[in-house]
Amino acid sequence: MSLTLADVQRIAHLARIEITDEQARAAQAQLNDIFAMIEQISRVDATGVAPMTHPLDGAQRLREDVVEPPPDRDELLRNAPAQQQGLFLVPRVIE
Amino acid sequence: MLEDRQVSAVELANVFLARIERYRGLNAFLDVRPELTLQQARAADARRARGERGALLGMPIAHKDIFVTRGWASTAGSRMLEGYLSPFDATVVERLAQAGMVCLGKLNCDEFAMGSSNENSAFGNVLNPWDAAAVPGGSSGGSAAAVAARLAPVATATDTGGSIREPAAFTGITGIKPTYGRPSRWGMIAFASSLDTAGLLAASAQDCALVFNSMLGFDARDSTSVQLPEEDYTRALDIDLRGLRIGVPAQFFTQGLQPDVEAAVRAALEQIRQLGASLVEVELPNAPLGIPVYYVVAPAEASSNLSRFDGVRYGHRARTFDDLTDMIKKSRAEGFGPEPKRRILVGTYVLSHGYYDAYYLKASKVRRLIAEDFQRAFQACDVIAGPVTSSVAFNFGEKAADPVSMYLADLFTVPASLAGVPGLSVPCGFGDRGRPVGLQLIANHFDEARLLGVAHRYQLATDWHRRIPAGY
Repeated sequence: MSLTLADVQRIAHLARIEITDEQARAAQAQLNDIFAMIEQISRVDATGVAPMTHPLDGAQRLREDVVEPPPDRDELLRNAPAQQQGLFLVPRVIE
Repeated sequence: MLEDRQVSAVELANVFLARIERYRGLNAFLDVRPELTLQQARAADARRARGERGALLGMPIAHKDIFVTRGWASTAGSRMLEGYLSPFDATVVERLAQAGMVCLGKLNCDEFAMGSSNENSAFGNVLNPWDAAAVPGGSSGGSAAAVAARLAPVATATDTGGSIREPAAFTGITGIKPTYGRPSRWGMIAFASSLDTAGLLAASAQDCALVFNSMLGFDARDSTSVQLPEEDYTRALDIDLRGLRIGVPAQFFTQGLQPDVEAAVRAALEQIRQLGASLVEVELPNAPLGIPVYYVVAPAEASSNLSRFDGVRYGHRARTFDDLTDMIKKSRAEGFGPEPKRRILVGTYVLSHGYYDAYYLKASKVRRLIAEDFQRAFQACDVIAGPVTSSVAFNFGEKAADPVSMYLADLFTVPASLAGVPGLSVPCGFGDRGRPVGLQLIANHFDEARLLGVAHRYQLATDWHRRIPAGY
């Protein structure tokens, strides 16, 4: 398997990262090196092995559905790149 | 000395703050605010004056900049979070503060804890106090350099694939990653959630055990936190090594293990044998697959975790853009450095339609094979021992241009991370160019106390952990 330049650009779009052609070409070579290394796992026979997604095979614990004091709004908004009247500002999405 | 009031927490904090200032050239710290540190130190002194006791009350500590903190900026070593001020403390930070530990500041690290050399920090390289040409290891490079240079007696760190043990080995100090799920991940800026584990870097295993007593424990705010009673991690420090079976995996003594590292590690194993333990051969046949499995699983989880950085609620936002999608794409392009971008791309691909089964699902299956190897090995031994890294600290620039060669630096540390078992590195000598070598000890889930006990017995018989780099 080998990623094409178009593959890299498509992945970057899916990941919502702007990428120049020059960056995509550099990334293409490195990603192909990485995937060549990863290919080793395709040769392993793992028939019948259950996938392991958590090291202790623990079930996700649910908490009680109780009301907790909310975080301080002003403190949360302090880190926002743009905010107004207690809201996060984004570019217009509905015309 | 704090206990019998020979020294106050304020005096102690001032000693370390002065050292931090004096050795700023190491670039170990990203944010130091002496007024906040001294405020905490005064509070600790006041608690002691009121009759409170505690081994950690007034003891300084510094935190890897992957833990969010009130007061000090929390950046994860990334431009994305430059200047970010958290509205809360990470659970680990909070628990240690409750025990009376005094925060010295925030420590440099690879961006989002992705790296093995600290060369991926957006805020510059951390130098290795043993040799300015050598990397300090990563991703907890600032934590390691600070402890090695005695700018802090102990530092928090995180290990996703080796980010505590590898820098500990490269800087000649003690580092431990506990069992996955023991430390809370709440407030630890997420990289790969099924692997991320908070731990410590310190001068000795005994110090790690003392701090673990306050640091680890169940946290309802972390959905994968394990619900077990609190325990005393110092309880096995007087362990008798006679009768203990140390497993030596053949797979850790091949694949380019450098002769200088092998000699130091084998000498350490012989010393542990002389202390009464027996050495047995064990097999971890799938361990060499750790790196390819890790570089599917960790990027997959990272691509998901790092999707939260969209320039809306916090973090970097591009100055100019056309629309919302363009704003997000430009903000992420500008805010993330090359390594997070690389891993996000790998992770996005392995999770994408049509490739999920071949990569993520297959890697998750092979991960289980690796974990099962450990369970089989622990039927024949109590603790596994081997090298932490295949070589001593490499030079800056040596692997930076070739991601795959950098990834292989974690060959011997990644298997324990994937299995979620605790692992530790203790200094066991010096190799090429006088650079430190680490001995890795791995125990089964929840067996940290014994792991620390074995390390402590070794440190009582050796003085490698007492060596301090020249000039510090």
